Amino acid sequence: MSTLTIERPTTARTADGSTSRLWGLMAEFKTPSAIFEAAGKVRDAGYRHWDCHVPFPVHGLDKQMGVKRTIIPVIVFFAGLTGCSVGFLLQAFTNATGAEWSFWAIVWVTGYPFLISGKPLLSIPSFIPVMFEITILLSALTTAGVMLLFNGLPRWNHPLLAKKRFLRASDDRFFIVIESRDGRFIRSKTEDFLKGLGAVHVEAVED
Amino acid sequence: MTTVSSAIDRQDPGFIEVDNTVDPVSGRAPLVLGCRDFHDVTHSVCRVNEAPKAPLAWWVAFAISLSLVGFLGVCVLYLILTGVGVWGLNNPVMWAFDITNFVWWVGIGHAGTLISAILFLFRQKWRTGINRFAEAMTIFAVICAGLFPGIHVGRVWFAYWLFPIPNQMDMWPQFRSPLLWDVFAVGTYFTVSLVFWYVGLIPDLATMRDRATGKLRQFAYGFFALGWRGSMRHWHRYEVAYLLLAALATPLVLSVHSVVSFDFAVSQLPGWHTTIFPPYFVAGAIFSGFAMVMTLAVPARELFGLKNIITLRHLDNMNKIILVTGCIVGYAYAMEFFIAWYSGALYEKFAFLNRAFGQYWWAYFIMVGSNVITPQLFWFKAIRTSIPLMFALSIVVNIGMWFERFVIIVSSLANDFLPSSWDAFFPTWVDIGTMLGAIGLFSTLFLLFCRYLPMIAIAEVKAVMPQADPHGQH
Repeated sequence: MSTLTIERPTTARTADGSTSRLWGLMAEFKTPSAIFEAAGKVRDAGYRHWDCHVPFPVHGLDKQMGVKRTIIPVIVFFAGLTGCSVGFLLQAFTNATGAEWSFWAIVWVTGYPFLISGKPLLSIPSFIPVMFEITILLSALTTAGVMLLFNGLPRWNHPLLAKKRFLRASDDRFFIVIESRDGRFIRSKTEDFLKGLGAVHVEAVED
Repeated sequence: MTTVSSAIDRQDPGFIEVDNTVDPVSGRAPLVLGCRDFHDVTHSVCRVNEAPKAPLAWWVAFAISLSLVGFLGVCVLYLILTGVGVWGLNNPVMWAFDITNFVWWVGIGHAGTLISAILFLFRQKWRTGINRFAEAMTIFAVICAGLFPGIHVGRVWFAYWLFPIPNQMDMWPQFRSPLLWDVFAVGTYFTVSLVFWYVGLIPDLATMRDRATGKLRQFAYGFFALGWRGSMRHWHRYEVAYLLLAALATPLVLSVHSVVSFDFAVSQLPGWHTTIFPPYFVAGAIFSGFAMVMTLAVPARELFGLKNIITLRHLDNMNKIILVTGCIVGYAYAMEFFIAWYSGALYEKFAFLNRAFGQYWWAYFIMVGSNVITPQLFWFKAIRTSIPLMFALSIVVNIGMWFERFVIIVSSLANDFLPSSWDAFFPTWVDIGTMLGAIGLFSTLFLLFCRYLPMIAIAEVKAVMPQADPHGQH
């Protein structure tokens, strides 16, 4: 293990002679089936810090890469429960009680026992629509927010976004990227490995 | 006049006119025609936004729409400065054009969510060709819908009373009223539709960013693409999130129009107080929304050369949905009459006879003619696949559904329990101006969307092409 880390070059010379840190290697593939097969081999080779960059979600590629199923649904479930309770408490507090309550002793609010059209104060059936809407609202906002948070987005600067060839990752090309911080990354060997997978082009990505 | 399509089709030898409305003996007809590879899809969608000049027809439509928006501004300002009395509302008919327009616009929005969420859950792959602009239509329609109750409250500077905001008066909204449920339903619907639409847009904005040449375009698309780089680990979470949003939007869309129908159904007024309203309103909403999608899709695919992605098969499928929902609406009309008679309730019976034969009989017959009778033409495949006829029929349905809301709202209010309080409603120029202005606002927003954002969900269309299958022969 230690010999491998010593061999690993951490800098690359760029065209204008300045040196910059090597961030990883990027291999370009032409078809979904090519990247699908290659991804299985990268996974089997034991790499951990690597990724596929594809213009659309290639069916089954996440499983092939060994990506674990995300826990977003669990988080959203609890967001929904929170929304439902908030909806109920909001309505019960404001329309059915005369209680006083404060938000961190800054904003003081008082409920108003609102008797209307002969309905009981705690008229749960008429509270259902708003409870439902707040449940959906909080769940949907959580879904989108947590998805972006877990993906580390927004992130406007990324080594890959500086590469000209990578522009086609959002069009019609498929990329496998192995990062240099991976324990098994050795520039020469990883480069040969990627070329052996049938990549049409392999390129260094600088930080 | 040179349109984008005529200029581009010549450069695009891949475009072939294929009839994909018939499935071959084995398997399915292709959903994308004439695109040999993924780049063709990207290019045929993005070229619309990247064309240095918009087609002349776009500018003409934009100029007309923008002047209508200007007129809308005049009408709204006049209303706010003077009072709601500038509309033709009177004592019995306190809801008329404003709430008709509100319900009409909310209903139109529903087709977008149906296409984006419900068809997604049902794995209807053809939705990918039309979902992006149908969702855009939803958002713009809900903006127009929100305008009407917003200005109908009269003293708009008190509109914040609709929300539970702590205030020095210790005053809260009345949560047992359907009108307040509406605030929450429509507000949630707008927010969730916007989030759903934007999440769907992120990968395509990244495509636009990567193709952009100018600094401004790079910055603008790049900023909103949030640095999306198509990582499969991101796509994994993205797909789960998209599925969840679809699963959340589906009950939401059903609830929104149900809540809108509660505005009427929970009241005591004959003609409004019926239990069939929630399902009937939802079916009507989908019916009118699909008609509006058709009204927008037919010119858009002609003008921007998207016939290979929004194919005849897509239009054929939408026409079938219009036919089905039209029949549901027709059933609801009949059932309302049956129940009015079967209930034996004097006022209920009168309300329905008055609807069909009273002072608004002409509106009732426009409604039945446009919503129940003419859509039956879609039983014939020749009509379902004829572009001019389906366009004309979609306009007829839009008009018919507007009259449906007008009939329900105005005829019930104008002749209620006591003949001494009967009256008739006549629109003023402000009523008509606000209605036309809202149509202008909608088309302005839609035209801007067509010009600056990818009209088709590029990544989703690519994923349903046969080449996208990693186990395919390709």
